[in-house]
Amino acid sequence: MDIPLRPILSTLRHHRLTALLLVLQVAFTCAIACNVAFMLAGRMARLSLPSGVAEDELSVVYSADARKDMTPSIRHAADLDRLRTIPGVRSVAAVSFSLPLNRNSSTSGVCPDQAALDRAMQRGSLDGTGCAAPSIYDGTPGLVATLGLRLVEGRDFAPGDYTTGSPAVAIVTRALAKRLYPDKDALGRALYGGDKPMRVVGVVDTLLRPALGQPGDEGDSLLVPQLPDDAGITYVLRSAPRERAGVLKAAVAALLAADPERIVPAGQVRTYAQVRAEYFQRDVTMVGLLVASALGLLFVTALGIAGLANFWVQQRRRTIGIRRAIGATRGDILRYFQAENGLIVGTGAVLGMALALALNLLLMRRYELPRLPLSYLPVGALALWALGQLSVLAPALRAASVPPVAATRPA
Amino acid sequence: MIGYYFGLALRSLRRAPVMTALMVLAIGLGIGASMTMVTVLHVMTGDPLPARSARLFHPRLDPLPESYGVRAGAPNPADDFTWVDAMALLRAHRAVRQAAMAGGLLLVRPQRAELHPFYATGRYATADFFAMFGVPLMQGHAWSAADDQAHARVVVLGRELARKLFGGEGGVGRTVRMGDADYRVVGVAGDWRPRPQFYADSAGKLYSDADEFFLPLATAAELNLAVTGNQSGWGKAEGDRARYSDNLSWLQVWVQLDTPAQVAAYRRFLADYAAQQKAPGRFEKKPESAARLYGLMDWLAYENLVPADLRMQLWLALGFLFVCMVNIVALLLAKFLRRSGEISVRRALGARRRDIFAQLGLESVAIGLAGGVLGLLIAQLGLWSVRHRPDDYAQLASMDVAMLTSTFALAVTASALAGLLPAWRACRVAPALQLKTL
Repeated sequence: MDIPLRPILSTLRHHRLTALLLVLQVAFTCAIACNVAFMLAGRMARLSLPSGVAEDELSVVYSADARKDMTPSIRHAADLDRLRTIPGVRSVAAVSFSLPLNRNSSTSGVCPDQAALDRAMQRGSLDGTGCAAPSIYDGTPGLVATLGLRLVEGRDFAPGDYTTGSPAVAIVTRALAKRLYPDKDALGRALYGGDKPMRVVGVVDTLLRPALGQPGDEGDSLLVPQLPDDAGITYVLRSAPRERAGVLKAAVAALLAADPERIVPAGQVRTYAQVRAEYFQRDVTMVGLLVASALGLLFVTALGIAGLANFWVQQRRRTIGIRRAIGATRGDILRYFQAENGLIVGTGAVLGMALALALNLLLMRRYELPRLPLSYLPVGALALWALGQLSVLAPALRAASVPPVAATRPA
Repeated sequence: MIGYYFGLALRSLRRAPVMTALMVLAIGLGIGASMTMVTVLHVMTGDPLPARSARLFHPRLDPLPESYGVRAGAPNPADDFTWVDAMALLRAHRAVRQAAMAGGLLLVRPQRAELHPFYATGRYATADFFAMFGVPLMQGHAWSAADDQAHARVVVLGRELARKLFGGEGGVGRTVRMGDADYRVVGVAGDWRPRPQFYADSAGKLYSDADEFFLPLATAAELNLAVTGNQSGWGKAEGDRARYSDNLSWLQVWVQLDTPAQVAAYRRFLADYAAQQKAPGRFEKKPESAARLYGLMDWLAYENLVPADLRMQLWLALGFLFVCMVNIVALLLAKFLRRSGEISVRRALGARRRDIFAQLGLESVAIGLAGGVLGLLIAQLGLWSVRHRPDDYAQLASMDVAMLTSTFALAVTASALAGLLPAWRACRVAPALQLKTL
C-alpha cells in the first residue's frame, strides 16, 4: 500500500495553522493522559494493598469508660467474655487503638542491634542507621488468630507473654524482618529500642500500618503482647461475613447492658470493610476524577479531530470529485484522509511523549510524584494515534463516498 | 450593527448545529471542571474573619535545637508554643490584646437522666480570646482576666451544647459537670464558626470543627485536662506535667495589633525575646529566624491547608480547559476559513477588516455565552459532587454571586480569546482572490 505523502504535505501547507493547532491539542492530550494514567495506576495499587487481616470477617467497636473506679484491664476481660457469647462470633480480641488502615497509629524506633541503636541515638535520626520505625500493634490473647494473620515462621504469643508492662517478645512482619535483618533469619533475634530488648518469636506474612506513610514501608509492623490498659478500647470481632451486621448490633447492646454509662460513638461501630472504605475514600474520589478527566480529554480530542476532518471533507468535495473522476478509487480517498490524520496525530503524539516527560518532571518537583516509567509513553502515544484513526473514520468514509460527478459542481 | 452581527453569528451557528454543539460542549466541560475546582479553592482560602483579620497576628517562636530534623509532611513543633513561651508573651502584654489557647476534649456528664455522657471538643483559652476574635455571646458574658488568675471553674458554652444540656433556656448560672469537675456557665456563645478555624492547631479538621465550649486555660492547666492537636516534645521532660515544660509545644498564641507602628514594635519585642532566650542557650537559632510574626492570612498561607490532591485536581481541570480551548481555536479557524468565499464577498462589497473581525468575534462570543451557561450547570453538578465527599471542606463547596459571575466572565473571555486568532486570520482574506473560486 503506498501512501500519498507528497500531496498530503502540500495540502497541509495550506492549513498550516489549523494543523499546528491540532498537533498541539494532541500533544497536550497525550502528555496529560500519560501522567493521568500513571497517577491512576499508583492510586489503584494503593487501593488494592492487602491489609493482611481477614477483612471480610471482622467488625470493630470502640468503647470508652466514663467511670473511673475500675481497672481497665479487668473491665476489658469481662467485656471480652460477654462479646464471646454473642451468637455468630467465632473469636474476639481487644486492641488499644491501632488496626490496619484505621489511622490510629503509634510508631516506635527499633534497631537490629545495640550498635545501630547507639548510632541512631547519637544522630537523633533513624535514617541510614539500619533501624526502622514500625507501627506497633498491641492486643489481648488471641489477636493474631482473630485478625486472621498468617504466621509464616515461629509461633504466636503464649498466654504467659502478655503483660501490661513492657513486653519481652515480639512478632514482626516479613517486610520489617527484611528491613531489619536483610540477609539473616529474624527469628530469635533481639530488637533494641525500648526499655529492654525484645526477642522475635514469630514472623507474619503481611500486616499493613494503620496509616500508610511513604510508599515502600507500608508493611513495617510490629506486634507486641502488651495488654491494652486505657479507658478507651477497640474490640475486634470475627464472624461469618453475612453475620457482621447482627454481631455489631449485639455487641453494642451487650456493652451498653454491662454499663449504660459507657460511650460507644455510632461512627466507631464499623465492619472492617467500612474501615477500609473510609481510609481510601479520598483515593476513590481521586480515581473517579482521574478517569473522568482522562475520558473527557480523549472525548474532546476525538470530537475535535472528527470535527476538523469533517470541515476539510466538505471543503474539498470538488477536489475529491476530480480525483475520483481521473481514476482514484474509494479506497484511495479513504487512505488519503486516514494517512493525513495519522501524520498530524502521529506528530502530536511524538511531541506529546516529550511533553509527558516534562509534565512528569514538574509534578515530581511539586507533588513528590514518582518518575513516569518510559513504557507509558509509547503505549499512550499509540493509543492516541489509534483514537485519531478511529475518529477520522466517519468523515473519511463520507469523503470516499463523494461521487466523481462532484468535480463538475461548485464546492 | 452589533445586533446585525449577532444575528449573522446565530445564523451561521445554526447552519452547522453539530459543530456548534461540539464547541459549546467543549467549552462547557472545560469551564465547568475548572470553575468547580476554582470555587473549592476559593472558599478554602477565603478570609475567616473579614472584619478583623487585618489586625490579628500569629507570633511564631522556634525553640527547637539546630539538630532537630522535621520530617517532610510531619507537623513542625515550632508552629505551636511551649507553655513557658506562651506565658511569657502573655505576661509581657505588649499587644493591644493577646490570648493563648489550645484545643480541649472533655467528657460531658449531663444531669438530664435521658442523656448519656458524651465527649465534647472545645477550647481552653485566656480571657482576651472573646474580645480579640469578636466571639458573639447570646447570653451572659465571657470570663475576665481575674477569672484567669483565680483559675475559676467557669465555662462559656457553645450554642449547640447549651441547647443539648439545658434545652431552650440557655443555662447561664447553671452548673455543668465535665471531666471530674463542675463548672459554672457564665455565658452562651452565639453562632461563630470561622472557616477555616484559623486559631486551632493544624491537626484538627479546620473546615468542619467548631468549639462546643470555652474554658479558662489556667483552669485546664491546673486540672491537667486532655488536650487535642499536635503535641511534640524534644527534650527530656516526660510524664503528666511535661506540657508545662519549655520543651513541649502544644499552645497557640494570637495577638491583636491595630497600627503598623504596633506591628513593628511587636516584631522588635519578639526578636528581643528570642535573643534573650538565646543568650543562656535555651534557643539555638538566630533571633531573626527564631522569632516571626504572621498576619492571619499569611499564617493560613504558611500552614498551606489546601490538600495536595485538591491542588492536583485544580491543575487537572485547568489542563483540561486548555486542551478544550485549543480544540475550539482549531475548529473556529477551520470554520471561518471555510467561509472565505462569503468573507471576500463582504470585503468586496465594502466591509472593512475590522467589520469582519467584529462579526466573527461576535460569533465566538456567542459560543462563549452558551458555553458559560453550560459550564455553570456543569460546575453546579461538580460542586454538588464535591459536597458529597467525606472531607471536612466538602460542605463549604458552593458558589457565591462573585464566583457565579466570574464563571460566566471566564467562559465568555476564554471563547472570545479563542476566536481572536481565527477571526484575525479570516479577516486577512483578500477580497478578490477568493471571489474567483466561487
